[in-house]
Amino acid sequence: MSEMTYAQAARLGLQEEMRRDPTVWALGEDLGYEGGMAGQYSDLQAEFGADRIVDTPISESTIMGAAVGAALAGTRPIAELRFSDFAMCAVDELVNQAAKARYMFGGQARVPMVARMPIGIRGGIAAQHSQSPEAWYTHVPGLVVVTPGTPAENRGLLKAAIRCDDPVVYMEHKGLWGVTGEVDENDPSEIPLGVARTVRDGRDITIVSWAAQVGVAAEAAEALASEGISAEIIDLRTLWPWDRDTVMASVARTGRLLVVHEAVRVGGFGGEIAAEVAEELGVPVARLGGERIPIPFSIPLEEAYKIKADRIAARVREMPA
Amino acid sequence: MTSNLTNESARVAAMFRKMLVIRAFEEAAGENFFAGYVRGSVHQYIGEESIAVGICENLRDDDYLTSNHRGHGHSIAKGADPRAMMLELFGKVGGTSDGKGGSMHIADFSVGMLGANGVIADGCTISVGAAQAVKLLGQDRIVVNFIGDGGINRGPFMEALNWAKVYELPVLFVCENNQIAATTTTRLVTAGEGIARRAESFDVPAVTIDGNDLFTVDGTAARVISEIRNGSGPQLIQAMTYRLRGHFAHDDAGYREPGEAEAALEHEPIRRTESWLCENGLSQDELDAMRAEVTAEIAGYVDDAMQADWPDPSLAFTDVQDVGAPNMPGAIS
Ligand SMILES: Cc1ncc(C[n+]2csc(CCOP(=O)(O)OP(=O)(O)O)c2C)c(N)n1
Ligand SMILES: [Mg+2]
Repeated sequence: MSEMTYAQAARLGLQEEMRRDPTVWALGEDLGYEGGMAGQYSDLQAEFGADRIVDTPISESTIMGAAVGAALAGTRPIAELRFSDFAMCAVDELVNQAAKARYMFGGQARVPMVARMPIGIRGGIAAQHSQSPEAWYTHVPGLVVVTPGTPAENRGLLKAAIRCDDPVVYMEHKGLWGVTGEVDENDPSEIPLGVARTVRDGRDITIVSWAAQVGVAAEAAEALASEGISAEIIDLRTLWPWDRDTVMASVARTGRLLVVHEAVRVGGFGGEIAAEVAEELGVPVARLGGERIPIPFSIPLEEAYKIKADRIAARVREMPA
Repeated sequence: MTSNLTNESARVAAMFRKMLVIRAFEEAAGENFFAGYVRGSVHQYIGEESIAVGICENLRDDDYLTSNHRGHGHSIAKGADPRAMMLELFGKVGGTSDGKGGSMHIADFSVGMLGANGVIADGCTISVGAAQAVKLLGQDRIVVNFIGDGGINRGPFMEALNWAKVYELPVLFVCENNQIAATTTTRLVTAGEGIARRAESFDVPAVTIDGNDLFTVDGTAARVISEIRNGSGPQLIQAMTYRLRGHFAHDDAGYREPGEAEAALEHEPIRRTESWLCENGLSQDELDAMRAEVTAEIAGYVDDAMQADWPDPSLAFTDVQDVGAPNMPGAIS
């Protein structure tokens, strides 16, 4: 076991996959010298060469489109878009091409690519660098959507994403890059896609979340515990496919569901989970998510957007028992 | 200032003062980033001041400008209030957006500054649209778009060039070629001769100049802007320059060749303009006094920014849209 950051763990996962499979490669801006925004590619160009860690022009459409083409032609590219906000410059290539090629071409094609596009608030980078658009991609048939929550998961899930034969939208949360955790370097296994992790066991309510918001939900659970409310917390880890079995089994026991995410609540993925659970189990459900505003710059405004632990706890208290 | 200056010297001195304001603003922005008062990304314009000032000197207040991530200099040159900009960097009330936008989203529509931009090359397409509106409304304004050498590899730059020419729009593209994009040397990821050739291939006239020479920038801008205003259609100026600092304040630019930045100081625009002024009617004492005045002015803005109020959290929920505006938090959870 060693202690490493979420960013370092992603780098390790990528390095292991690149050593294992010579068809794995990455393309994006500033990957060589800079090594990625948080060092997720540090020194990998020295090890694998400039043909496998490719520094590209500022050409997002082509970063994504080239990854599609390279995936169709026998390699496993990782398109690094740096911010999910910039990935919006390449949504066409992802949604109209990557997601649909297998289907449109009657199963002749596979698109084993990873589109890395970090999400979330990192503090003071405002409306065009802080968004959490994960729900957009859950709506697109053909895509897998992953939101790793811990260092170990950022290694194991990235490995699974790289090995996946379908296109994966891989969304690290920028606020987690510096978070440290235990990673077992001797265990090279992947963490399977579509499997949630129960972060905390509880009896009275199930709180489902993902990415950086899981930590905030855990804080709320701590506060609730002191009042005698026992909250179970589930980190979804993969949004599509989401782990229905784990969530349904938990809510069947606790009898209530709250979904919390940093992304805007309106049209957020919490709505999908809440609706599925309500339809299947008929229990009380609720959602918490960001108000429908762009992410502001100034500290008090940015703070006003965030879903804090006290709001989560308050929402739980309001729910019918 | 001495009263016996020629008109030309007086005009150059005024431009020089603006360059000093930009320089001092950027130094203060960097210092306060490191001091923890300014958050986020601060892309300084240090070493490139002559381009914005030389171009904007030839614009009218009602001409439009679109900018990029490195937009502080463009904004000041176009006439945005540096005090309001400093307050914006601090996230305070009285900032250009009352703290909603920050460094990468400075705008001042009262002087035609249609916004800095966090997304590379998006200003190109916005410019041609603004120019189309100008045409539709029968105005004689022009639109200037500042773009970096890295930005020319995004499709919107090429699409906007084509578009501007097809509709013969009054747009001036100014490419600030500092030869680098973040940590990547532009020539390593750019095919062909680059910017000017690309423009010419769309029949958009292009000229390459020394962007650190205020006189060349000013003279070229005067000619090109008057041609555009008189119906020439779009044109492009490639202004060669050098980014004296890292990509943003927290980049130490360790990827540079040793000695590179020091050598570039020889050609930096403030020094060059200052020597000209020394030879053309201003004493060193007068220049030092001007510098001290500008430094004090900017320091005053920093003090104001420190003291200004934080925006009320409710402000986060205003100005989103009219129909379907968001709830104040707590109204619905
Ligand atoms: C679409 C998009 N891709 C990437 C970025 C990240 N980014 C910000 S500035 C920059 C480099 C820009 O270089 P250049 O256009 O030469 O301008 P300079 O910084 O040199 O003034 C990059 C890659 C971005 N903001 N938008
Ligand atoms: Mg550049």
